[in-house]
Amino acid sequence: MATPAVNNNNTEIEKVKSPSGFKIIVREFIKDKVALISLILFLGIVLYVYIYSMGLDTKEVTRVDIFNQFQEPGPVHWLGTDYGGRDVYNQLILGARNSLTIGIAITLITSIIGIALGLLAGYYGGWVDNVVMRTVDFVLVLPALMIIIVYVSIVPEFDVRKFIFIMSLFYWTSKCRLIRSKALAEREHEYVAASKTLGTPDWKIMLFQVLPNLSSIIIVNMTLNLAGNIGIETSLTYLGFGLPESVPSLGTLISYSRNPEVMENKPWVWLPAAILILVLMLCINFIGNALKRAADARQRLG
Amino acid sequence: MFKFILRRSLIAIPQLFLLSILIFLLAQAMPGDALSGRFINNPNLDPAYQSELRDKLGLNDPLPQQYARWIGNLVQGELGMSYVHNVKVETMLESRIANTFWLGLATLILTYLIAIPLGVIAGRWPDTYTDKFIVTYSYVSFSIPIFVFALIMLYIFGFTLGWFPTGGSVDVRVEPGSWDWYLSKLHHLLLPALSSALLATTSTIQYLRNEIIDTKLKDFVKTARAKGTPERKVYSRHIFRNSLLPVAAFLGYDIVFILGGSIFIEQIFSYPGLGQLFVDSITQRDFAVVNVLVMLYGFLSILGTLLSDIILSIVDPRIRID
Repeated sequence: MATPAVNNNNTEIEKVKSPSGFKIIVREFIKDKVALISLILFLGIVLYVYIYSMGLDTKEVTRVDIFNQFQEPGPVHWLGTDYGGRDVYNQLILGARNSLTIGIAITLITSIIGIALGLLAGYYGGWVDNVVMRTVDFVLVLPALMIIIVYVSIVPEFDVRKFIFIMSLFYWTSKCRLIRSKALAEREHEYVAASKTLGTPDWKIMLFQVLPNLSSIIIVNMTLNLAGNIGIETSLTYLGFGLPESVPSLGTLISYSRNPEVMENKPWVWLPAAILILVLMLCINFIGNALKRAADARQRLG
Repeated sequence: MFKFILRRSLIAIPQLFLLSILIFLLAQAMPGDALSGRFINNPNLDPAYQSELRDKLGLNDPLPQQYARWIGNLVQGELGMSYVHNVKVETMLESRIANTFWLGLATLILTYLIAIPLGVIAGRWPDTYTDKFIVTYSYVSFSIPIFVFALIMLYIFGFTLGWFPTGGSVDVRVEPGSWDWYLSKLHHLLLPALSSALLATTSTIQYLRNEIIDTKLKDFVKTARAKGTPERKVYSRHIFRNSLLPVAAFLGYDIVFILGGSIFIEQIFSYPGLGQLFVDSITQRDFAVVNVLVMLYGFLSILGTLLSDIILSIVDPRIRID
């Protein structure tokens, strides 16, 4: 945001200043109708899911009622019921909330790790860079999905926290690589050299000077990562190695389709969750791409 | 260049070593050991004899010693016994490796059949509606989770329309080795391969498109045009050839992507390959098999990345690290 022109000395400079980051983003979204619709739809879904799920009790929703098994969608159960007679619509809302929350949590944790290590590696270079980047190279070639599945199936007392932990352990690498390459370019700029000459400590330069200059890239990357992380979480839950049963996710509903009978003749159980994932992924991606264009002057539409 | 190839290959060696240590430690953390499979049918065996056997097989030795023996066996192709089925792990892998190989190959071929024409069209006529459509497709395909897409493909083309079989790798009623048998195999392959390929095209399309747009402005293209080369030939002979080379470098990365996806694809299409074996073995807690599979996938992914990095460094000197 542009600073308000309280200071008189600043007003003249203000006029010739290029538009602020926020204005550029707004302009980009107005120009790109698909991204705008995605943003509205996404925010709408997120708000609806979080507000509606406040009135839901997980235990209540996941209670088995065998007499109501596989009800077709109707006035009582909007989207019908599953094999345990549980309302699909309520499970869908709870699943979406859990998938979103966990996706956001993993994105935040991996961002902190990736940004911290990427900044250190890019800013200092030398052996720090070497150690961090060789670690990244190694983690990247590991069969992450398989190792996560093994971990989930052997760890005692598996719960959500452990799931977030193991996911975060593997998915910080691409962000670290990105931040490192940008920080490497950034440290060659004059402002960093000037700060160093003035005696500013390295951590201050990194946190308050280099990092803000990378903020647009970080925001874009986090948005796109959110989609990826939700995708991985639901994929693992679909296979039965993701969230524990007490925490239903969108993947849980889709996993009922592993029964061919449900897959073929009772699509109301799993299809809404599959479509909701698709819609969420597409929205996040169109938003992310609009942000990406806003961050790069050569690609802007607006 | 040879210096780079050498350096890059040298990085792969500690990677393999670390991978093997990691998997060895994971194996130690897993319940069960090499004897579980042989005892599973015989719970009455004397516990004293069991521990004696364990001593004899060196299962109580210090970890480094066990690791050395384990890695030695692995290198010689001794993969151990399944905990659950009391057969050698090699035997369990045999039939499935072929299935996964054919599925992977079909996926690769389809990926390039889809990605190359789309990339060329988008690069030749950028900023048209066709180009925008292709670019949007490549972003969308990148963001869709493979299992959701495969499920919807299976539901539409397998169940609703009935164009493809919904599971297995071959029709069991057909006589093995006959012409119909091969056709049936292909028929079973097509839908899983297509589902995977449609999502694997992203990097190839985007790279090819950008490469063509860049190459268009190069001097040798201008020279070709100045000499009066027909436009069609400028593209097929000059631009296309030069842009396609870097795309070949994605082979390794694509193999890694397809391998990762095979866990889901094989599970969804009940295709009896390595990915399905992995999920089945985990569910049955057959960790001898799990171990070998994780090692195999890790090995292939190190090799695939190495392959791509080397090809890329040959065709695109910009990325070479020194």
